[in-house]
Amino acid sequence: MLERAPSETPSDIDTKSRPVEFRGAGFTPSTGRASGWIALALVIALWQLAGSAGWVNPLFLPPPSAIAVATYKLAMSGSLWQHLGWSVMRIGTGWLLGTVAGVIVGFAIGLSTLARGVGITFISALFPIPKIALLPLLILWLGIGEEPKIATIALGVFFSTAISVYSGVDAVPRNLIRMAQSFNVPFHAIVRRVIWPGALPSILAGFRITASVALLLVVSAEMIGAQYGIGAFVLQAGNLMQTDQLLAGVVILSLFGLAVGKLINLLEARLLHWR
Amino acid sequence: MDLIADHISHRFDALDVLDDVSFTVRAGEVVAIVGPSGCGKSTLLSVLGGLLRPSGGAAELRGAPPKDSLNPLTFVFQDFALLPWCTVEENVAFPLEHTALSAAERRGIVDDALRRTGLFDFRGTYPKQLSGGMRQRVGIARALAVKPAILLMDEPLSALDSQTRELLMEDFVRLLADGAMGAVYVTHNLEEAVRLADRIVVLSRRPGRIRKVVPIAMTRSERGDRNVREKLLALQDELWSLIREEAIDAEREVQHA
Repeated sequence: MLERAPSETPSDIDTKSRPVEFRGAGFTPSTGRASGWIALALVIALWQLAGSAGWVNPLFLPPPSAIAVATYKLAMSGSLWQHLGWSVMRIGTGWLLGTVAGVIVGFAIGLSTLARGVGITFISALFPIPKIALLPLLILWLGIGEEPKIATIALGVFFSTAISVYSGVDAVPRNLIRMAQSFNVPFHAIVRRVIWPGALPSILAGFRITASVALLLVVSAEMIGAQYGIGAFVLQAGNLMQTDQLLAGVVILSLFGLAVGKLINLLEARLLHWR
Repeated sequence: MDLIADHISHRFDALDVLDDVSFTVRAGEVVAIVGPSGCGKSTLLSVLGGLLRPSGGAAELRGAPPKDSLNPLTFVFQDFALLPWCTVEENVAFPLEHTALSAAERRGIVDDALRRTGLFDFRGTYPKQLSGGMRQRVGIARALAVKPAILLMDEPLSALDSQTRELLMEDFVRLLADGAMGAVYVTHNLEEAVRLADRIVVLSRRPGRIRKVVPIAMTRSERGDRNVREKLLALQDELWSLIREEAIDAEREVQHA
């Protein structure tokens, strides 16, 4: 206490006990799951109310109930599964190709001086290019089939994966590598038993980013040149002013993103249980 | 098996760290290396253990290692260097994985090392679940598993609280009692050096040179006796008088860096 309360005399302060003021509150936010769900329900309810009461034109913002009906009809007609199937195929193939290449190149950069010198130069130069801008060039190179769309996704995934992998390799504590070397553990065993698990948190964090990149790119690529796929469906619905179907497509994309996020959560819980 | 530091010098870019350091660690002998901060103690240990190529001189071995030794020069690290994704048992077994031993032989060795260090009941736990002292015990068990001829210990107790240090020091005294294993023990703690070493190599401030080699003419078991406490304290004082001025300079240098 720097100042004394005027009513208290020095002798009172010396003799009367008083509780120490608590000053440690705050700065420790916890994740309240219930509050999130309640907030979401409130927003949806407000949105529905705005649509039902005619506060907003349903052509520009259809109410959640209309979106739910549109989604149900799409699912029943089979159209949803057709579009979703194409998108999942493109994302899956592109993501897998980009991830495999990114992991290999990322490890090479993390472990080899030559690969680091060459690889980081190329990645620094090419990473900032919006990959969707390369789609017309890839169509010229690969034709108008699935290949350019898959290649666009793979390229987008590749760079982020390579960066997260070599960052992960760089972040493996050097003392663990020196420990393994001090026991004459062979190079391949150090990579497999020390560097791979040590880099895994960064690699899985990279997966989370590349899943979003792949989703973004598949929608963009499908909007530019596809007949089927959620991106193509959303574009067609927009052109026909079918905003309930357009938003149904957006909701499906959101649910797909959430599902992928959950999958990565499960993977982290399984592979990083030691953290 | 003897470990020889043969005119070892080392520099990191323009910084001279070690200058012409020579001494021999004889079989079963415990040599402590002390000196002011930044005198190159840990660098010297890395050179001796083959983890750092010196700029000049060499680390050499003389004589055959014990026939069942899987890694004659074995480190015990200051920060334990345990694999956080492996259990205690897996950490101890890690250096044996690439050897020609059968699974049953490996299991026997690991169980023995865990029992010797009092870790058998903790074999399924992960490092993050253990206290600092227990983690260092895992590091010691891992070192024992490969049956070293010489332990290279880089300030193994400095990250621990004083009570745990005392307990682990008792473990070291017990493990080194029969003379089957030698050790190079790098420390800034003079009490630990006096307690454990047969000889103490005192390094000067950077670049580290040997200022003096102080032999301790009593067995480790004798050092536990209350009657020799005075002698040990006198030795500590002697060591401190060798280091004190340079330790002050080293501290000022670090503060101004």
